[in-house]
Formats: sequence, structure tokens, C-alpha cells
Amino acid sequence: MSLLTLCEWLESTRWSIALHESVYAYAIVESIHVWALCLFVGFAAMLDLRLVGVTFRRVPVSELASRLLPWTRVGFTVMVVSGILLFYAIPVRSYHNVFFRLKLVLLVLAGLNVWLFHTGIYRRVATWDLDVRPPRQVRIAGALSLLLWVAIIFSGRMIAYNWFDCGRPQSDLMNVLAECGSVVDPYAVP
Amino acid sequence: MTLLPFFEWCENTAIGEAIRNSVWLFPIIEAFHLVALALIGGAVLLVNMRLLGLVLGGRPVSELARDAHPWFVGGLLVMFASGVPLFLSESIKCYYSVAFWVKMSALFLVLVFTFTVHGRVTLADEGRVGPVQGKLVAVVSLVLWAAVGWGGRWIGFS
Repeated sequence: MSLLTLCEWLESTRWSIALHESVYAYAIVESIHVWALCLFVGFAAMLDLRLVGVTFRRVPVSELASRLLPWTRVGFTVMVVSGILLFYAIPVRSYHNVFFRLKLVLLVLAGLNVWLFHTGIYRRVATWDLDVRPPRQVRIAGALSLLLWVAIIFSGRMIAYNWFDCGRPQSDLMNVLAECGSVVDPYAVP
Repeated sequence: MTLLPFFEWCENTAIGEAIRNSVWLFPIIEAFHLVALALIGGAVLLVNMRLLGLVLGGRPVSELARDAHPWFVGGLLVMFASGVPLFLSESIKCYYSVAFWVKMSALFLVLVFTFTVHGRVTLADEGRVGPVQGKLVAVVSLVLWAAVGWGGRWIGFS
């Protein structure tokens, strides 16, 4: 079974249709997604800014990380659950949406950055915990994280638009990126 | 007297028209609005959750508040710089939107509250603010900000 057929099956399920057609459910889930953004990206940004060395300079990095990360995880969980519901409401359109695809790639990169940071230089945090200006490698990890989250917010916001939806008159490249092959072009001149 | 003529004037400004006529401008400006929201959200939550005793218990509130303040103000400036053009592009829709008025009322209240009561409490020396007082201030701030956020998101659905 391909991912696309999985999406098509998801779209035919009762709860997907209910979410999609409900007047309020989709809007409420999306509002929760935006609220959790404050907790998740907001706290992640505060920690990243400390890693870059521009704020909370008197707070040891390990203290800030250990106190903020549990809440960041709560925010992340809400983000993922509400995000999955938003996807579940419109699976096939999301599957073909280039911004959705870009967002997933960026999320993987952000996750990779977190993993590399925690398994790498953060293990030696004791040696730079109190640095007002942490080592270069740490500052790069923080800046990269900030950049990725900004890009993720941008691509997430753009999912709502149909600029590159399959079936629109657009370049072949876009059709390849959105995997439009099998979708019939309603604008095509027979 | 009604504010409608003013809203009509806003809608007819060159900026409003340019955004309406563009496919990309509105979403791009809105994405900046969202990024600034995350920044403000982080700063506001950090200070208020500290007041509630949920994070960074060992740190003085005033120290955290002072550190978070420039990011809060910076985020607020980006919020205004992006929010005003968004408003200009759909002023008349906003005029008739309950969510818009809820957002603006809550925003006015929370800004006044933040730069008066909230600011005084968070910057006060340790021990001069009772724990209950601090928590009350945090709850009021969070409820008002939540109303701003809810109203804002709902303008788009109205």
C-alpha cells in the first residue's frame, strides 16, 4: 500500500469527514495548534537565544534547559496531536501540498539538530554552562534551531493556500514536487 | 457617531489595496505575525509561569522579567508592524467581526496591565510581592493574552 492510498483511505474514514465538514472542530483544533506554538516554539526560542548568548546570560544553560524542556515537551506533544488531527481532516490534499512536504523535511532537520546537540556538545555542558557567550558550536546549534523554527512556521502557514495544488496550470517541477502525476488537470484543454 | 467611516478609510489606503491585490503579501505578513507570536508567547509564558511557580523556581522573578523584556517588546513591535497592514487589508471585515473587537479590547487591557501592575510586580524586589498577589497577576495576564490570541485566530474564521 502506498502512502497515497493510505491517505485516500484515511480521507474516507468517518472521523476525517466529520473533522473536515464540522463548522467549529477544525477551527478549534487549529486554534489549539497556534496556542501550543507559544509554549513550544516560544520556550524553544528562549532556550535557543540563551545558546546564542543573547539573553538569560546569568542563568546556567543546564538550569534553563532542564526547567524549560519538560514544558517544551508538553507543547510539542500538543503540537503533534493537533497537527496530526489537522492532517487527518484533509489527508490527500496535505499529501500533495508542497508546503506540507517542505514542513516535514524541515521538522526532520530540526529534530536532527536537537539530536546532534544533545548527543554532542551538550554532554560536556559542565565546561561551558556558565559562559555568557557559549562555544561557537553551541551558538551555531541555537541559531540553526531558531532559523528552522521560523522556516517551519512559514511553511506551516502556507499549507492553507492552494497556489501549487495539483491540477493548477504550473511548472512540471511543481507537479513533480507535489507528486501530481495521477491527478487529472481540470484546466486542461482537451 | 460610528467608527465605520474610519474603517472604510483604512480599507482604502494604498497599503490595504496593495495587500488585497497580491497573492503572496497577506500570507507572508501573517507568517511574520506568527513568528512574533511565538516570541511574545515564549517571553510572556516564561515570566508568568515563573510567577505561578511552575518554572525556574530558584531564579528571582525580576531577573527573568528583565531578561525577557526586550524580546517581549521586540515581538510586540513586529506584531504591530505586521498586524496593522493585515488590518488595513480587511478593515471593513474586521469592523463587523466580533472576534476583532474582542481581540482589540483584550489587547488594550493587557497592554495597560502589563506596563503598569504586571511590570511593577515582576520587577519588584523579592519578598515585596506576596505569593498570592504574584499568582493573581500572572493569571490575569495569561487570561487576557489568551483572549487576544483566540480573538486573533478567530478573525480568520469569521
